[in-house]
Amino acid sequence: MQIIGASLILLGTSFLFLGALGLFRMPDVYNRIQAGTKATTLGSLSVLLGIAVYYPLWWPKLLLIALFILLTSPIASSTLARAAYKTGLRPYRAALDKGEG
Amino acid sequence: MENFLIVLAFVIGLAALALAIWRFFAGPTTPDRVVAADTLAIITTAALVWLAAFFGNSIYLDIALVYAALAFVAVVVIARMIEPDAKQADAVSSQKEAD
Amino acid sequence: MGRMHQPGLGIFPVWLGKSRIMNTNTSSVNVPQAAYGWQRILLATAFIYPVWLLMVGTFDPAELSIGLIIAVLTAWLSKPHLHILDAIKWHPAIALYVLVYVGVFLWALLRSNLDVAARVLSPRLPINPAIVEVETHLRSDLGKLLLANCITLTPGTLTVDVFADRLQIHWIDSTPGRDMTHATASIAAQFEYYLSKFIK
Repeated sequence: MQIIGASLILLGTSFLFLGALGLFRMPDVYNRIQAGTKATTLGSLSVLLGIAVYYPLWWPKLLLIALFILLTSPIASSTLARAAYKTGLRPYRAALDKGEG
Repeated sequence: MENFLIVLAFVIGLAALALAIWRFFAGPTTPDRVVAADTLAIITTAALVWLAAFFGNSIYLDIALVYAALAFVAVVVIARMIEPDAKQADAVSSQKEAD
Repeated sequence: MGRMHQPGLGIFPVWLGKSRIMNTNTSSVNVPQAAYGWQRILLATAFIYPVWLLMVGTFDPAELSIGLIIAVLTAWLSKPHLHILDAIKWHPAIALYVLVYVGVFLWALLRSNLDVAARVLSPRLPINPAIVEVETHLRSDLGKLLLANCITLTPGTLTVDVFADRLQIHWIDSTPGRDMTHATASIAAQFEYYLSKFIK
């Protein structure tokens, strides 16, 4: 049972790492938002699930944290993307696409 | 075995933090830094929950919850601040017309 | 304590249905304001109270009663924004649709993460981003909010802005030369279908 929890935590941190790696590698702010939000959302949910396996009595608060992350993380990223768009940042290679289309 | 997995998870989490911090300082634009801060906040929330399990003390869960809430509010507020305000722009342009 | 309100819960479909016909807004004519505000607060309390219960994690009577007071107070303080709750379509099978929607949402979240992970790990970084626009048939703010959230957590898409009847989306994989209108419509269609079952 404990090994399942540990594996879930490891999987979660791996996704957190992939999110940060996406943040590191992606060429423009929108792609960074995509990588940074999505991978870290599932990563933290997986970590929470793994902890819930270790400490089953903590499930109410863990569920609350999970719900909170699930609801707020896309809102934060959308707000940020809109702010970036309105400050005039255009997506990477957008001009090229327009030229070909 | 599972102790090894937990320690490995910790190391990977540290690497993730390092990458996000690098992006926070490298920028190049303000939204980039805010994205990095947002990612850092989610990683930190997960780390606080991990700490709760490590110390066997559920008080860290409350800290994680409050931290997540504050980080979300901070990101939204900063995003609204760097976004050019439509109303303000209108006010400025109408003032220019009046001049 | 919650049992006291049980008869009241049964009339939600009725008054919400009525409000839909009258196209309710804050300046509605011959409807007593207080009645609408009151029932919205009750509904919001029903959403907020479980959050308190999850937070304290006990069924101690003192916690239960303080939580109820705080839930009602929070709902009352957020009164100016509670009109978004009018968008919910009430019918007997609503719980089922919400469950199906949550299932679809979690499945999309899983796929989107694997998709992002594959892109990030691939040495060539196979991305082809563009900003596209997608039309939506959802009219309420709550519906558009949930749809935007869903799209943000779907593989390769990120909601940038929301307008009256369309969403602006950053799409990570827009191959040039593809039939754009057709391809973009499929981004939102699936979630929109499930959302439209319980939200206007």
